[in-house]
Amino acid sequence: MTTQSPLSAKELTDEYFIENRNRLLEIAAFLDRLDRADPGRASRDFRFRAFADALAVLAGGSPGYVMQIQMLLSDPTLDPIPALDRKSAQGAYEGAQEARS
Amino acid sequence: MNYIDHHAHMVSRTTDDYQQLALTGCVAVTEPAFWAGWDRSCGDSVEDYFRQLTEFEPKRAAQFGIQHYTWLAMNPKESDDRALSREVLERIPRFLDRPTVLGIGEIGMNRITRNEVATFTEQVELALEYKQLILIHTPHLEDKLKGTRVSIEVLQRYPRLDPSRVMIDHAEEHTIESILDHGYWTGLTLYPQTKVSAQRAVDMIEKYGPDRICVAGACDWGPSDPIAVPRFVLEMRRRKLPADLIHRVVFENPVSFLGQSGKFRIGPVVQDAVGVSR
Repeated sequence: MTTQSPLSAKELTDEYFIENRNRLLEIAAFLDRLDRADPGRASRDFRFRAFADALAVLAGGSPGYVMQIQMLLSDPTLDPIPALDRKSAQGAYEGAQEARS
Repeated sequence: MNYIDHHAHMVSRTTDDYQQLALTGCVAVTEPAFWAGWDRSCGDSVEDYFRQLTEFEPKRAAQFGIQHYTWLAMNPKESDDRALSREVLERIPRFLDRPTVLGIGEIGMNRITRNEVATFTEQVELALEYKQLILIHTPHLEDKLKGTRVSIEVLQRYPRLDPSRVMIDHAEEHTIESILDHGYWTGLTLYPQTKVSAQRAVDMIEKYGPDRICVAGACDWGPSDPIAVPRFVLEMRRRKLPADLIHRVVFENPVSFLGQSGKFRIGPVVQDAVGVSR
Protein backbone atom coordinates (compact mmCIF):
# COMPACT_ATOMS: atom_id res chain seq x y z
CA MET A 1 0.00 0.00 0.00
CA THR A 2 1.47 3.31 -1.06
CA THR A 3 0.25 6.55 0.42
CA GLN A 4 0.73 9.49 -1.94
CA SER A 5 1.70 12.80 -0.40
CA PRO A 6 -1.38 15.01 -0.23
CA LEU A 7 0.81 18.01 -1.04
CA SER A 8 1.36 19.16 -4.63
CA ALA A 9 4.82 19.97 -5.97
CA LYS A 10 4.03 23.68 -5.56
CA GLU A 11 2.93 23.15 -1.96
CA LEU A 12 6.02 21.05 -1.19
CA THR A 13 8.23 23.77 -2.66
CA ASP A 14 6.44 26.50 -0.74
CA GLU A 15 6.78 24.56 2.50
CA TYR A 16 10.30 23.14 2.19
CA PHE A 17 12.31 25.35 -0.19
CA ILE A 18 13.84 27.67 2.40
CA GLU A 19 15.15 24.95 4.71
CA ASN A 20 16.63 23.02 1.79
CA ARG A 21 18.17 26.17 0.38
CA ASN A 22 19.86 26.46 3.78
CA ARG A 23 21.09 22.84 3.57
CA LEU A 24 22.56 23.56 0.14
CA LEU A 25 24.45 26.55 1.49
CA GLU A 26 25.71 24.48 4.43
CA ILE A 27 27.26 21.99 1.97
CA ALA A 28 28.77 24.81 -0.07
CA ALA A 29 30.26 26.34 3.07
CA PHE A 30 31.65 22.94 4.11
CA LEU A 31 33.41 22.61 0.74
CA ASP A 32 34.81 26.16 1.00
CA ARG A 33 36.04 25.37 4.51
CA LEU A 34 37.79 22.24 3.29
CA ASP A 35 39.36 24.20 0.43
CA ARG A 36 40.73 26.75 2.84
CA ALA A 37 42.24 23.94 4.90
CA ASP A 38 43.59 21.90 1.98
CA PRO A 39 42.70 22.52 -1.68
CA GLY A 40 43.95 19.06 -2.67
CA ARG A 41 41.88 17.09 -0.17
CA ALA A 42 39.67 15.40 -2.75
CA SER A 43 42.28 12.97 -3.97
CA ARG A 44 43.38 11.91 -0.49
CA ASP A 45 40.30 11.10 1.56
CA PHE A 46 37.97 8.29 0.50
CA ARG A 47 35.09 9.95 2.35
CA PHE A 48 35.45 13.10 0.34
CA ARG A 49 35.68 11.17 -2.92
CA ALA A 50 32.36 9.55 -2.01
CA PHE A 51 30.94 12.95 -1.12
CA ALA A 52 31.94 14.33 -4.51
CA ASP A 53 30.36 11.32 -6.24
CA ALA A 54 27.17 11.95 -4.27
CA LEU A 55 27.09 15.58 -5.39
CA ALA A 56 27.40 14.38 -8.98
CA VAL A 57 24.32 12.18 -8.41
CA LEU A 58 22.37 15.23 -7.29
CA ALA A 59 23.50 17.16 -10.36
CA GLY A 60 22.72 14.26 -12.68
CA GLY A 61 18.96 14.76 -12.73
CA SER A 62 18.19 11.06 -12.52
CA PRO A 63 15.35 10.30 -10.03
CA GLY A 64 15.89 8.22 -6.92
CA TYR A 65 18.58 10.47 -5.48
CA VAL A 66 18.48 9.12 -1.92
CA MET A 67 18.68 5.49 -2.99
CA GLN A 68 21.57 6.20 -5.37
CA ILE A 69 23.52 8.02 -2.68
CA GLN A 70 22.78 5.43 0.00
CA MET A 71 24.13 2.70 -2.30
CA LEU A 72 27.14 4.80 -3.24
CA LEU A 73 28.06 5.22 0.43
CA SER A 74 27.47 1.56 1.37
CA ASP A 75 29.69 -1.49 1.65
CA PRO A 76 28.31 -3.70 -1.15
CA THR A 77 30.12 -6.86 -0.06
CA LEU A 78 28.56 -9.81 1.78
CA ASP A 79 31.45 -11.72 3.35
CA PRO A 80 31.96 -11.18 7.08
CA ILE A 81 35.37 -9.72 7.94
CA PRO A 82 37.74 -12.10 9.77
CA ALA A 83 38.30 -9.92 12.84
CA LEU A 84 37.02 -6.74 14.41
CA ASP A 85 38.99 -3.77 13.09
CA ARG A 86 37.19 -0.88 14.81
CA LYS A 87 33.93 -0.18 16.65
CA SER A 88 32.58 2.74 14.65
CA ALA A 89 31.44 3.30 11.09
CA GLN A 90 33.05 6.03 9.01
CA GLY A 91 30.19 7.20 6.81
CA ALA A 92 31.55 5.94 3.49
CA TYR A 93 32.96 2.63 2.30
CA GLU A 94 36.74 2.73 2.13
CA GLY A 95 36.93 0.00 -0.52
CA ALA A 96 34.40 1.67 -2.82
CA GLN A 97 36.82 2.30 -5.66
CA GLU A 98 38.04 -1.32 -5.68
CA ALA A 99 34.46 -2.62 -5.38
CA ARG A 100 33.36 -0.60 -8.42
CA SER A 101 36.37 -1.47 -10.59
CA MET B 1 -1.73 12.00 20.41
CA ASN B 2 -0.85 8.87 22.39
CA TYR B 3 2.19 7.02 21.10
CA ILE B 4 4.57 4.17 21.88
CA ASP B 5 8.33 4.41 21.41
CA HIS B 6 9.49 0.85 20.78
CA HIS B 7 13.20 1.72 21.03
CA ALA B 8 14.40 3.97 23.85
CA HIS B 9 17.53 3.44 25.95
CA MET B 10 16.10 5.04 29.05
CA VAL B 11 18.88 3.91 31.42
CA SER B 12 20.93 6.63 29.71
CA ARG B 13 18.32 9.33 30.11
CA THR B 14 17.29 11.65 32.92
CA THR B 15 14.01 11.65 34.79
CA ASP B 16 13.23 14.91 32.97
CA ASP B 17 13.16 12.91 29.75
CA TYR B 18 10.48 10.62 31.16
CA GLN B 19 8.54 13.77 31.97
CA GLN B 20 8.93 15.03 28.39
CA LEU B 21 7.78 11.67 27.06
CA ALA B 22 4.71 11.73 29.31
CA LEU B 23 3.88 15.34 28.44
CA THR B 24 3.98 14.54 24.72
CA GLY B 25 1.63 11.53 24.95
CA CYS B 26 3.98 8.58 25.33
CA VAL B 27 2.20 5.70 27.08
CA ALA B 28 4.83 2.97 26.74
CA VAL B 29 8.47 2.51 25.86
CA THR B 30 10.41 -0.65 25.13
CA GLU B 31 14.11 -0.68 25.91
CA PRO B 32 16.47 -3.02 24.06
CA ALA B 33 19.65 -4.13 25.80
CA PHE B 34 22.55 -2.23 24.26
CA TRP B 35 26.15 -1.09 24.45
CA ALA B 36 26.99 1.29 27.29
CA GLY B 37 29.55 3.17 25.17
CA TRP B 38 32.35 1.13 26.72
CA ASP B 39 32.92 -2.61 26.88
CA ARG B 40 31.80 -4.54 29.95
CA SER B 41 34.30 -6.74 31.71
CA CYS B 42 32.19 -9.82 32.46
CA GLY B 43 28.78 -11.48 32.38
CA ASP B 44 28.00 -10.36 35.92
CA SER B 45 28.22 -6.75 34.80
CA VAL B 46 25.67 -7.44 32.06
CA GLU B 47 23.48 -9.33 34.54
CA ASP B 48 23.33 -6.24 36.75
CA TYR B 49 22.29 -4.27 33.67
CA PHE B 50 19.50 -6.79 33.02
CA ARG B 51 18.34 -6.28 36.61
CA GLN B 52 18.33 -2.54 36.04
CA LEU B 53 16.22 -3.04 32.90
CA THR B 54 13.72 -5.38 34.51
CA GLU B 55 13.52 -4.09 38.10
CA PHE B 56 14.50 -0.44 38.35
CA GLU B 57 13.57 1.15 35.04
CA PRO B 58 9.87 0.07 35.03
CA LYS B 59 9.43 1.79 38.40
CA ARG B 60 11.09 4.98 37.18
CA ALA B 61 8.82 5.05 34.11
CA ALA B 62 5.71 4.29 36.15
CA GLN B 63 6.18 7.51 38.11
CA PHE B 64 5.12 9.27 34.91
CA GLY B 65 2.37 6.87 33.90
CA ILE B 66 4.58 5.26 31.26
CA GLN B 67 4.80 1.49 30.91
CA HIS B 68 8.34 0.24 30.49
CA TYR B 69 9.16 -3.03 28.74
CA THR B 70 12.51 -4.46 27.77
CA TRP B 71 14.42 -6.77 25.46
CA LEU B 72 17.45 -8.78 26.56
CA ALA B 73 20.48 -9.71 24.49
CA MET B 74 24.17 -9.62 23.94
CA ASN B 75 24.32 -6.28 22.15
CA PRO B 76 25.89 -6.03 18.66
CA LYS B 77 28.76 -3.73 19.65
CA GLU B 78 30.16 -6.28 22.09
CA SER B 79 29.04 -9.40 20.26
CA ASP B 80 32.43 -9.91 18.62
CA ASP B 81 33.65 -10.92 22.10
CA ARG B 82 32.70 -14.60 22.02
CA ALA B 83 33.67 -15.32 25.64
CA LEU B 84 31.52 -12.48 26.97
CA SER B 85 28.72 -13.44 24.59
CA ARG B 86 28.66 -16.98 25.96
CA GLU B 87 28.47 -15.66 29.52
CA VAL B 88 25.57 -13.36 28.60
CA LEU B 89 23.64 -15.96 26.63
CA GLU B 90 23.83 -18.34 29.60
CA ARG B 91 22.18 -15.70 31.79
CA ILE B 92 19.37 -14.53 29.48
CA PRO B 93 16.98 -17.49 30.00
CA ARG B 94 16.81 -16.78 33.74
CA PHE B 95 15.23 -13.38 32.95
CA LEU B 96 12.84 -14.34 30.17
CA ASP B 97 9.91 -15.07 32.49
CA ARG B 98 10.01 -11.62 34.02
CA PRO B 99 6.77 -9.72 33.30
CA THR B 100 8.26 -6.87 31.27
CA VAL B 101 10.64 -8.88 29.06
CA LEU B 102 9.25 -8.92 25.52
CA GLY B 103 11.92 -10.89 23.71
CA ILE B 104 15.51 -11.11 22.50
CA GLY B 105 17.03 -7.82 21.38
CA GLU B 106 18.67 -5.84 20.18
CA ILE B 107 20.73 -8.48 18.48
CA GLY B 108 22.58 -8.02 15.22
CA MET B 109 25.89 -6.91 13.90
CA ASN B 110 28.17 -3.92 14.12
CA ARG B 111 31.11 -4.43 11.74
CA ILE B 112 29.84 -7.80 10.43
CA THR B 113 32.69 -9.94 11.69
CA ARG B 114 32.66 -13.73 11.71
CA ASN B 115 32.31 -13.64 15.50
CA GLU B 116 29.38 -11.22 15.31
CA VAL B 117 27.60 -13.49 12.84
CA ALA B 118 28.17 -16.47 15.16
CA THR B 119 26.76 -14.62 18.19
CA PHE B 120 23.82 -13.34 16.16
CA THR B 121 23.02 -16.86 14.96
CA GLU B 122 23.11 -18.23 18.51
CA GLN B 123 20.73 -15.51 19.68
CA VAL B 124 18.27 -16.26 16.87
CA GLU B 125 18.37 -19.89 18.00
CA LEU B 126 17.86 -18.82 21.62
CA ALA B 127 14.78 -16.83 20.61
CA LEU B 128 13.40 -19.81 18.72
CA GLU B 129 14.06 -22.18 21.63
CA TYR B 130 12.25 -19.92 24.09
CA LYS B 131 9.58 -18.71 21.60
CA GLN B 132 10.57 -15.07 21.95
CA LEU B 133 10.02 -12.06 19.71
CA ILE B 134 13.21 -10.79 18.07
CA LEU B 135 14.39 -7.19 17.72
CA ILE B 136 17.32 -6.74 15.34
CA HIS B 137 19.72 -3.80 15.23
CA THR B 138 21.16 -3.02 11.81
CA PRO B 139 24.59 -1.37 11.68
CA HIS B 140 25.39 2.26 11.11
CA LEU B 141 26.15 4.20 7.95
CA GLU B 142 28.21 2.32 5.33
CA ASP B 143 27.75 -0.97 7.20
CA LYS B 144 23.93 -0.89 7.25
CA LEU B 145 23.35 -2.45 3.83
CA LYS B 146 25.71 -5.35 4.43
CA GLY B 147 24.50 -5.88 8.00
CA THR B 148 20.88 -5.99 6.88
CA ARG B 149 21.63 -8.41 4.04
CA VAL B 150 23.65 -10.76 6.24
CA SER B 151 21.03 -10.64 9.02
CA ILE B 152 18.29 -11.61 6.58
CA GLU B 153 20.49 -14.36 5.15
CA VAL B 154 20.92 -15.84 8.65
CA LEU B 155 17.19 -15.54 9.47
CA GLN B 156 16.28 -17.30 6.23
CA ARG B 157 18.17 -20.40 7.42
CA TYR B 158 15.35 -20.99 9.93
CA PRO B 159 12.12 -21.85 8.09
CA ARG B 160 10.24 -22.23 11.38
CA LEU B 161 10.96 -18.60 12.26
CA ASP B 162 7.79 -16.58 11.69
CA PRO B 163 8.91 -13.30 10.07
CA SER B 164 5.97 -11.45 11.62
CA ARG B 165 7.61 -12.02 15.04
CA VAL B 166 10.80 -10.27 13.97
CA MET B 167 11.48 -6.55 13.71
CA ILE B 168 14.56 -5.46 11.75
CA ASP B 169 15.18 -2.01 13.11
CA HIS B 170 16.93 1.17 11.93
CA ALA B 171 15.84 0.72 8.31
CA GLU B 172 16.72 3.36 5.76
CA GLU B 173 15.84 3.94 2.12
CA HIS B 174 18.21 1.28 0.80
CA THR B 175 17.16 -1.48 3.25
CA ILE B 176 13.44 -1.02 3.96
CA GLU B 177 12.13 -2.69 0.82
CA SER B 178 14.09 -5.89 1.32
CA ILE B 179 13.03 -6.11 4.98
CA LEU B 180 9.34 -5.67 4.16
CA ASP B 181 9.49 -7.99 1.14
CA HIS B 182 10.73 -10.79 3.41
CA GLY B 183 7.74 -10.32 5.72
CA TYR B 184 9.52 -8.76 8.70
CA TRP B 185 8.45 -5.72 10.67
CA THR B 186 10.74 -2.74 10.47
CA GLY B 187 11.53 0.36 12.48
CA LEU B 188 12.53 3.80 11.28
CA THR B 189 14.88 5.45 13.75
CA LEU B 190 14.51 9.19 14.13
CA TYR B 191 18.06 10.01 15.01
CA PRO B 192 20.16 13.05 14.25
CA GLN B 193 22.81 12.61 11.57
CA THR B 194 23.37 8.86 11.52
CA LYS B 195 19.91 7.42 10.83
CA VAL B 196 16.79 9.12 9.42
CA SER B 197 15.19 12.51 9.90
CA ALA B 198 11.47 12.88 10.51
CA GLN B 199 11.14 14.16 6.93
CA ARG B 200 12.81 11.10 5.41
CA ALA B 201 10.79 8.80 7.66
CA VAL B 202 7.58 10.37 6.40
CA ASP B 203 8.86 9.97 2.83
CA MET B 204 9.20 6.24 3.45
CA ILE B 205 5.71 6.01 4.95
CA GLU B 206 4.37 7.79 1.85
CA LYS B 207 6.29 5.47 -0.45
CA TYR B 208 5.70 2.10 1.25
CA GLY B 209 2.52 2.72 3.25
CA PRO B 210 2.14 2.03 6.99
CA ASP B 211 2.05 -1.80 7.00
CA ARG B 212 4.58 -3.34 9.43
CA ILE B 213 6.40 -0.03 9.97
CA CYS B 214 7.01 1.60 13.37
CA VAL B 215 9.01 4.68 14.30
CA ALA B 216 11.20 5.28 17.34
CA GLY B 217 13.62 7.83 18.73
CA ALA B 218 16.25 5.36 19.95
CA CYS B 219 17.37 7.94 22.49
CA ASP B 220 20.55 6.85 24.28
CA TRP B 221 23.75 8.30 25.75
CA GLY B 222 24.72 10.01 22.46
CA PRO B 223 23.16 12.96 20.65
CA SER B 224 19.53 11.87 20.39
CA ASP B 225 16.03 13.11 21.08
CA PRO B 226 13.67 11.46 23.58
CA ILE B 227 10.68 13.15 21.95
CA ALA B 228 11.58 12.35 18.36
CA VAL B 229 8.29 10.48 17.82
CA PRO B 230 6.06 13.50 18.51
CA ARG B 231 8.30 15.53 16.19
CA PHE B 232 7.59 12.85 13.55
CA VAL B 233 3.86 13.31 14.26
CA LEU B 234 4.26 17.03 13.61
CA GLU B 235 6.01 16.30 10.32
CA MET B 236 3.18 13.95 9.29
CA ARG B 237 0.72 16.77 10.03
CA ARG B 238 2.89 19.23 8.08
CA ARG B 239 2.46 16.93 5.08
CA LYS B 240 -1.32 17.00 5.62
CA LEU B 241 -1.40 13.24 6.19
CA PRO B 242 -4.56 12.02 7.94
CA ALA B 243 -4.76 11.56 11.71
CA ASP B 244 -5.77 7.89 11.42
CA LEU B 245 -2.62 7.14 9.41
CA ILE B 246 -0.45 8.89 12.00
CA HIS B 247 -2.15 7.02 14.84
CA ARG B 248 -1.63 3.74 13.05
CA VAL B 249 2.11 4.28 12.71
CA VAL B 250 2.86 5.61 16.19
CA PHE B 251 0.35 3.59 18.21
CA GLU B 252 -1.54 0.76 16.51
CA ASN B 253 1.47 -0.72 14.71
CA PRO B 254 3.66 -1.04 17.82
CA VAL B 255 0.70 -2.49 19.73
CA SER B 256 0.26 -5.09 16.96
CA PHE B 257 3.91 -6.11 16.88
CA LEU B 258 4.68 -5.96 20.61
CA GLY B 259 1.33 -7.53 21.56
CA GLN B 260 2.53 -10.80 20.04
CA SER B 261 4.73 -11.25 23.11
CA GLY B 262 1.69 -11.94 25.28
CA LYS B 263 3.10 -9.64 27.95
CA PHE B 264 2.71 -6.25 26.31
CA ARG B 265 -0.38 -4.47 27.58
CA ILE B 266 -1.43 -0.85 27.41
CA GLY B 267 -3.02 0.51 30.56
CA PRO B 268 -6.81 0.68 30.96
CA VAL B 269 -6.83 4.49 30.95
CA VAL B 270 -5.08 4.53 27.59
CA GLN B 271 -7.31 1.73 26.26
CA ASP B 272 -10.38 3.83 27.08
CA ALA B 273 -8.87 6.95 25.55
CA VAL B 274 -7.94 5.34 22.24
CA GLY B 275 -10.71 2.76 22.00
CA VAL B 276 -8.39 -0.22 21.96
CA SER B 277 -9.00 -3.39 23.92
CA ARG B 278 -5.92 -5.46 24.36
